[in-house]
Amino acid sequence: MSYVAVKGGAKAIANSEALLQAQRRGEQTVPELSLEQIKQQMALAVDRVISEGSLYDRDLAALAIKQSWGDLVEAAFLLRAYRTTLPRFYYSQPVDTGQMQLQRRISSIFKDLPGGQQLGASFDYIHRLLDFKLAAEDNQFPAPESETDNQPVPRVVDVLGKEGLIQAENPIQQPNNGATQSEENVFDLTRQPQQLPAGRDARLQNLARADEGFLLSLAYSSQRGYGNSHPFAGEIRVGQVEVVICPEELGFEVAIASITLTEVQMVNQFKGSSAIPPQFTRGYGLTFGYNERKAMAMALVDRCLRAEEFGETVQGPAQDEEFVLSHSDNVAAQGFVQHLKLPHYIDFQAELNLVRKLRQEYQQSNQATQSTEVEIKQAENFDSANIENNSVPTPISPPLDHPTTPHHSPTP
Amino acid sequence: MTSLTQNFNFAYLDEQTKRTIRRTLLKAIAIPGHQIPFGSREMPLSYGWGTGGMQVTAAVIGQDDVFKVIDQGADDTTNAVNIRRFFEKVCGVETTESTSAATLIQTRHRIPETPLQEGQIMVYQVPIPEPLRWLEPSEVETRKMHALSEYGPMYVRLYEDITQFGQIATAYDYPVMVNQRYLMRPSPIPRFDNPKLNMSPAIQLFGAGREKRIYAVPPYTEVKSLDFEDYPFQVETWDKACEFCGSTESYLDEVVTDNDGGRLWICSDTDFCRSRGKREE
Repeated sequence: MSYVAVKGGAKAIANSEALLQAQRRGEQTVPELSLEQIKQQMALAVDRVISEGSLYDRDLAALAIKQSWGDLVEAAFLLRAYRTTLPRFYYSQPVDTGQMQLQRRISSIFKDLPGGQQLGASFDYIHRLLDFKLAAEDNQFPAPESETDNQPVPRVVDVLGKEGLIQAENPIQQPNNGATQSEENVFDLTRQPQQLPAGRDARLQNLARADEGFLLSLAYSSQRGYGNSHPFAGEIRVGQVEVVICPEELGFEVAIASITLTEVQMVNQFKGSSAIPPQFTRGYGLTFGYNERKAMAMALVDRCLRAEEFGETVQGPAQDEEFVLSHSDNVAAQGFVQHLKLPHYIDFQAELNLVRKLRQEYQQSNQATQSTEVEIKQAENFDSANIENNSVPTPISPPLDHPTTPHHSPTP
Repeated sequence: MTSLTQNFNFAYLDEQTKRTIRRTLLKAIAIPGHQIPFGSREMPLSYGWGTGGMQVTAAVIGQDDVFKVIDQGADDTTNAVNIRRFFEKVCGVETTESTSAATLIQTRHRIPETPLQEGQIMVYQVPIPEPLRWLEPSEVETRKMHALSEYGPMYVRLYEDITQFGQIATAYDYPVMVNQRYLMRPSPIPRFDNPKLNMSPAIQLFGAGREKRIYAVPPYTEVKSLDFEDYPFQVETWDKACEFCGSTESYLDEVVTDNDGGRLWICSDTDFCRSRGKREE
């Protein structure tokens, strides 16, 4: 008997893990990466991981990146799986991005404005030429002197808001009862299942930790006509804000952290409706860390998802709330796509039985109707070739694209 | 890995989360076959790899439980091994491969051949909980359809199968009606296993982690596979017997033995096969 039952799964798993660890470490002669190196020299990778992992902890993100062999989706997953075990003590007060200590601030809708434009550190105007000098180590890169006075700078959209030109952000409302909720009642995506239609709070939380690539493509599609999007980058700001909690037992506010955020406000034209005068509307993007591309994409998609609110026709995928919110999470997506690696042989056996049965019936009905000698001969030849192999169902292959393919549900 | 048991709560999830899952389970038991949303968590295994079943197991498992995990009917497939060793690690409970000795069985794609008993709990891993999903992609719409018992489209689909193929061409995850009210996906078990769902003395719990849904079939509940009077529901049969134990009434896996199309058939349920005694080694 040549068949050997698949045994020893536990040992195979242990060996696979050991091999992964060894390959991840690489040559022993090459110095090991330190978390501090990852945190500082791969800071944007860390920022993506804290954003999609939805946990602001740069040390743990660096560890996750090291552990995941540089796979950032895997690193975000590691961080999520860890954060879910942490107890929830408090909800913070809303952060005030108007009080942000700016590192960077751009507006494309005014040439100059209070607080000015501040490029900060950016790839935007750097020629994308490979810098071969960087291949050598021990480079020194002195930072230029900073002139900023660290005074808070008003947000650009607030300038428009004073004139009533831009639609105001309303307090959070639930989609169904319209009741205004207090801060404690803000939807919490990490504790509650997504509901559809979702409130804007749930929607923004979903987008904030959504896969960057997914949002980027959706945002791009909306610019190319799959959706109705005419955005201006009202303001992009990156910097630190304070996180403040107000524990009930203390009765006063305590600042517990300073975190880096990227905030994007997209300004979109809106011609008005019977109920609303012509004005600008906004799309909002906010991420942990310096994640400008993601935050911009998020702002575009947020505005697309407000189509219904503004009485616009839903035309493109980016405007379809259920489509976007159900498929944005890369921790869920990577799992389900890759679960196809798990054994499915039971369901495949059931399909095999079914397809054989269908083929048998197909063959019988074919033989009844077809009488040309050539075809029968072909069938006989095929038969004799398989004669010793009684388990394989007999002959006559229907054309591959024949409509008798049974319903196939993705097997999970 | 001993640190895991020290750093994490019994059964991995914190007590608060387990409590919310148990509340969801009670609701699910009270409305057989109805999908209840729950605040599903990230687990240390990928979504789509049994996280729903694992969360249900974590919520109901106790120190006295005897735990069994099967995937494709077998205790020794890598995924079953992996989930079993996870709960060994975070609970330290006794595990078994014997269906009758287990108090709690987590499964993917099969129901054991050995009949379940009162007091046992079956936990099914569910990838897509919504039976109407391939007919209607929108969750908002399918929830309405369930509320209104609007199951006509499913019958139409089965009817179309019959007109096209002469039979219902669904081999697994075959839709069932629970307690004459809710259409339910039995998870991707082969339709061979569907009759075992009906009037089962065990508690049957279904967890879909990625889709954040839990549903249940309480003991002794009617579970009917959809069919028509003139096209009654049928399960598949084999004209082969298990190579090892000679069984002709169990679900058989086809194993390819060589490059010339050689095949043999063996029980998918490894515990059932072993307990019948090996005929051949």
